[in-house]
Amino acid sequence: MTDPLVRFDDATLAYRGRRIWSDLSVAFEPGSFTAILGPNGSGKTSLLRVILGLTALSAGTVDVLGAPPRRGNPGIGYVPQQRTFDRDLPLRGRDLVGLGLNGHRWGFGRPSSDARRQVAAAIAAVEATSYADAAIGRLSGGEQQRLRIAQALVGDPRLLLCDEPLASLDLHHQQEITALIGDWQRQSGGSVLFVTHDVNPILDFVDRVLFVVNGRWAAGTPDEVLTSDRLTELYGSHVDVLRVHGRILVVGDQLDSGFELEEPHHLPVVEDDPSHHASPGP
Amino acid sequence: MLDQVVHLLGYDFVQNAIAAGIVIAIVAGVVSRFVVARNMAFAVHALAELGFTGAAGAILVGASAVVGLLAGTTITALFIGLLGVRVRERDAVVGVVMAFGLGLGVLFLSLYPRYATEAFAILFGTITGVSRGDVVLLIGIGVVTLLALGVIYRPLTFATVDPEVAEARGVPVGRLAIAFLLIMAAAVAEAVQVVGVLLILTLLITPGATAERLTARPGRATAYSVGIALLCILGGIFLSLVSNVPVSVFVTSLSFACYLLARFVVGPVVSGGEGRRTSVARDVAEPVAALEANRALDGSLSEGVARRRSTESE
Repeated sequence: MTDPLVRFDDATLAYRGRRIWSDLSVAFEPGSFTAILGPNGSGKTSLLRVILGLTALSAGTVDVLGAPPRRGNPGIGYVPQQRTFDRDLPLRGRDLVGLGLNGHRWGFGRPSSDARRQVAAAIAAVEATSYADAAIGRLSGGEQQRLRIAQALVGDPRLLLCDEPLASLDLHHQQEITALIGDWQRQSGGSVLFVTHDVNPILDFVDRVLFVVNGRWAAGTPDEVLTSDRLTELYGSHVDVLRVHGRILVVGDQLDSGFELEEPHHLPVVEDDPSHHASPGP
Repeated sequence: MLDQVVHLLGYDFVQNAIAAGIVIAIVAGVVSRFVVARNMAFAVHALAELGFTGAAGAILVGASAVVGLLAGTTITALFIGLLGVRVRERDAVVGVVMAFGLGLGVLFLSLYPRYATEAFAILFGTITGVSRGDVVLLIGIGVVTLLALGVIYRPLTFATVDPEVAEARGVPVGRLAIAFLLIMAAAVAEAVQVVGVLLILTLLITPGATAERLTARPGRATAYSVGIALLCILGGIFLSLVSNVPVSVFVTSLSFACYLLARFVVGPVVSGGEGRRTSVARDVAEPVAALEANRALDGSLSEGVARRRSTESE
């Protein structure tokens, strides 16, 4: 029996008096791949920030790698959404990966052959060697995200946090990036927490789902959570979950089709009534 | 001309200028890299103009202009740092503070009877006129600034180019932003000695902007930036000595020439070799790829529509 890498106990997060989510009790086991789903503004990114030690819980506790969360935990890798780098920024993919290894340390950072080897190995592992010496701003979104994964994995973390790493990538690159993360998880036995608004690109790899809506949550296997009954309960309005051609579509009265649960104004408005926060989770 | 230069090197004021110039160039070269990468040109300008207010105030009460400059830039840096933490707020705060501070500077000048020479010196630079005491002070400020930069160089680079991941890795991004503002305050106070308040950007923007055109390697870019600042300042001092035209004229001309050369002559060659794709290749490649994608869609209409649907529902 191994201890979970991250465990929330009755955790509540409020921001300026507004509850983001409440009474969250969920554990992320070693070797698991968890999709964190939910509409925009439901506090998915905040959840990652709590684990990273950047945001404190309002109530309850969280345990990260056997200790309270702290900033700069070396056991955690982090992959953000793809963002645009200036085309002329003097920064190669190799440098970006290097910053992931020791960019948080003070000083100039004299070049060491050890660090160089680690960076080169991380780049090779994501098959980005051929373009690792080009300016990062001149690479495609998919190439940049590959280097992002090398940057997150170069320190050999046990836990990988991904915050919408597929956003603004085309379907082909989404599949490539997903496969890289899934392969790492299977080979290293590490855990992945993957924030996304669409579970379909990562469906082959996901074994757990945490769905957060309007301060409430549900956790379990995809088959347990992604059902019409469960999501209807969670959203507080009628929702159908359809499985078509191996894809999962969530359709509701007040929702667009597919997983486009994004626009907060499409969501049923739920008043901040404590009775709604009764945890439907296990 | 060489004889003339060697002869001039014997003078104290020339030695002072060169010693101060070297330190100032190193500071300006490193700082300008971050100013460019962090988009802080406007803040640099505000620091310089309020340094002018500080210097004018110092002259008015009979204190050292260098100390007044540094006080003005430091107070401004703290103001900007504390009021404009969020990027969106920053420019507005800078503008608000700058306008008020410059008004004060005008007041100080008008209260001072012999203001014309002093004002000209602060506005357009006086490196060949700095005293021995000021040189020691400038070198001291420069060394402290460089030490501070040395300590935060790597996390500051991380926070500058990749703030989200830097924060996730525990880099104190917010506190580094304030630390860098204070370093900028010192760098501005230094660079004003050479080119003056109004021409400050020629030392705190141009070297960094030029270096970016020459390499994709961050360490090299910083080295090039320092080299360019050294060339501009030392070249400017020599040319000014032999021609009797103010230093700032040559510093601005040299730095502009460097930029043009990097932008249109050297830069395109380098980025073609170092980068995998030149800008031309990419500008052509993207439309071509789009064209091919369109053709594929047209080729098989039903398949194309289906594909478009599936991408839309992502």
